[in-house]
Amino acid sequence: MWSELRALRDEIDYGTPPRDGAPVTLTIDGVAVTVPAGSSVMLAAAEARRAVPKLCATDMLEAFGSCRVCLVEIEGRRGYPASCTTPVEPGMAVRTRSDRLQALRAGVMELYLSDFPAADIPGGWSELHEVIQATGVAQHPYGRGENHLDAPVDESNPYFLFDPAKCIVCSRCVRACEEVQGTFALTIEGRGFASKVAASQGQPFLDSECVSCGACVQACPTQSLVEKSLFVGGYRRADSP
Amino acid sequence: MVKVCVPRDSSALSLGADEVAAAIAVEAVRRGAAVRVVRTSSRGLFWLEPLVEVETPAGRIGFGPVDAADVPGLFAAGFLGGGEHALGVGPVAEIPFLKRQERLTFARAGVTEPTSLVDYEAHGGLRGLRRALSMAPAAVVEEVVASGLRGRGGAAFPTGIKWRTVAAAEAPRKYVAVNADEGDSGTYSDRMVMEGDPFVLLEGMAIAGYATGASHGYVYVRSEYPHAIAALEEALAVLRAAGWYGADIQGSGFGFDAEVRVGAGAYICGEETAMLESIEGRRGMVRFKPPLPAIKGLFGMPTVVNNVVSLASVPVILDRGARFYADFGLGSSRGTLPIQLAGNVRRAGLVEKAFGVTLRELVEEYGGGTRSGRPLRALQVGGPLGAYFDSSLLDLPLDYEALARHRGMVGHGGIVVFDDTVDMAAQARYAMEFCAVESCGKCTPCRIGSTRAQELIDRILRGEDAPANHAQLLKLCDVMESASLCALGGMAPWPVLSALRYFPGDFGLPPATEAARVV
Ligand SMILES: Cc1cc2nc3c(=O)[nH]c(=O)nc-3n(C[C@H](O)[C@H](O)[C@H](O)COP(=O)(O)O)c2cc1C
Ligand code: SF4
Ligand code: SF4
Ligand code: FES
Repeated sequence: MWSELRALRDEIDYGTPPRDGAPVTLTIDGVAVTVPAGSSVMLAAAEARRAVPKLCATDMLEAFGSCRVCLVEIEGRRGYPASCTTPVEPGMAVRTRSDRLQALRAGVMELYLSDFPAADIPGGWSELHEVIQATGVAQHPYGRGENHLDAPVDESNPYFLFDPAKCIVCSRCVRACEEVQGTFALTIEGRGFASKVAASQGQPFLDSECVSCGACVQACPTQSLVEKSLFVGGYRRADSP
Repeated sequence: MVKVCVPRDSSALSLGADEVAAAIAVEAVRRGAAVRVVRTSSRGLFWLEPLVEVETPAGRIGFGPVDAADVPGLFAAGFLGGGEHALGVGPVAEIPFLKRQERLTFARAGVTEPTSLVDYEAHGGLRGLRRALSMAPAAVVEEVVASGLRGRGGAAFPTGIKWRTVAAAEAPRKYVAVNADEGDSGTYSDRMVMEGDPFVLLEGMAIAGYATGASHGYVYVRSEYPHAIAALEEALAVLRAAGWYGADIQGSGFGFDAEVRVGAGAYICGEETAMLESIEGRRGMVRFKPPLPAIKGLFGMPTVVNNVVSLASVPVILDRGARFYADFGLGSSRGTLPIQLAGNVRRAGLVEKAFGVTLRELVEEYGGGTRSGRPLRALQVGGPLGAYFDSSLLDLPLDYEALARHRGMVGHGGIVVFDDTVDMAAQARYAMEFCAVESCGKCTPCRIGSTRAQELIDRILRGEDAPANHAQLLKLCDVMESASLCALGGMAPWPVLSALRYFPGDFGLPPATEAARVV
């Protein structure tokens, strides 16, 4: 069911929802593009076929600005604004690729990978893996530190499971539950490094207010929330190499 | 009847001011002396608290620090007439620490009864609001722009420009949200305003409301400040009863009211967008900007978000004029700043001075050097995210640009002093731990980065491949600075990088090159 839903979607994920303001023209890596006012720089970049890496953004949800891999440079502005949360402005000149941006994106990806199962880095399929490819970062320099790799898998729901070891706490599932389904079954519990996805009051998914609609699974960029039907003979974590 | 002032500021209360006040009342009765004990607030001379002040024809004579047990002796020495006593400090206004200050925002601190409107007006209160109400709102905004006032909460954004944005926004409702979360370690100026002169904050809020078209205010006070909350509530009731708050203020047609909200007890709730989330009843999570709160703030409406001290500085600007205020300070740092001395310093307390005063003057002349008497080794300026400086930078003037040139910041005006026994590597680790503990967890550089940075510092301190871990720490700090969503993750590297720059030996690292020191 969910794979059908996914197939129904536009092939390009523009990152942020469409807007219908007056046309605004800007340049992305020198390419002029015109999009409705209120659109994000990320959407404009996708329109210009200069897509920016992204993890917490997807065009069925409002922008959130948490993953920080979509940073860009904008002429005349200091720093590295997130393209998903920056609205377009007429005449804006955006740069989506530079050594500096690559270094920052790589730095963020290394942080993600420092709390991600090493055995799942090569060969997997997910949006996270696409960004791993796009940034060319497949390992991290941090050694073994605090992590969530041993957090137990929640297999209580008959249709999908939640493996917290692969979760990057992007909140897409939480927001999909709210914005797409109108249910408030998921939250982020805790703060800082301890932040984690929780169903209702930290219950198993099956006992929570979850209505098994699958919106969260469809939204998840890492296969942390994933359909059980994909795993013949049951889900097993990949062994560390 | 002799008026004897005993502070009720929480610093004095924690040192037994209530007991002292009671002892004075009891002793007066016992001796049949005509004494009226008045509860004022603190002057911010903490080493003298509780500082008892006796009103005499020669001005207020101070005695401190007074313990309840000292009271009979004070009476015996004739302190009611300003008599000699070992605790005597002479005329309070002449104490050099106080005399050499330029108290504009804190003009009434420790002088007036905090919630007496009569006292407030007798000491210049409400003149700013009166004048504002006689002007066009846009002219009030321009007066604040011209004063050069910049936000005292940390980000130093020009207050008048922010007001302009809110004033220009069309909306059915606008708000003034006061940031009284005061989370920076070693800072207390917001608390002193709210406890010692709550009217000045409320007056500033009403002026902000009038200038921008906002009708309702919130004061978001941290829960650790019960006395401030009580003083604000009391002051609000007094102002409402006198027609200075509520509908149609003094027949001007302008209505404004406010309420106090108690904070959720997290450092991040002091970040303005997280504060707005918290006021709206949600978890204190940072929102991305734009939209700016000035355009889409509280409940989606244009909102003035200002620090307590920023708003408390507005009445004097409206009263005396922008020029008067801007004549203090220099360059783009105008007016005065209440600097808060803390840590290993002989005289901890509040110093309100024009920008441009040097760190050395503050720490040595006002602070009197270290409390331990040992040589000063480091300073942290601007709160837990501020840079550490070594003693070679003591001659830096306190102004926004001078500190920024040395990769530091004024922040909320806190200065914490350390002597030569400090382990700066431990301090740096603590600073990063603070970020890890206080991170809201929304963005990746801060959520994961702060924990990894701590781990890297630990490895360096254990001597595990220190050069490689040092290099990686610098790379990670760069990612946190450039990629974090808010200034918590974005500035947490500052104390670490500055400690590495000035005190590499504490980390077991070789001395920094001159190039690394001069930034
Ligand atoms: C982590 C963090 C904590 C902050 N804490 C406070 C605070 O306790 N009080 C405050 O006034 N501003 C604090 N700020 C700054 C506010 O975000 C905001 O800039 C300020 O309230 C605006 O008022 P001002 O312009 O009058 O300074 C904090 C910022 C950050 C990033
Ligand atoms: S489960 Fe998936 S969608 Fe939800 S926060 Fe984790 S990675 Fe993001
Ligand atoms: S920098 Fe830290 S506190 Fe700020 S938004 Fe990111 S996680 Fe939250
Ligand atoms: S995609 Fe923009 S911050 Fe995550």
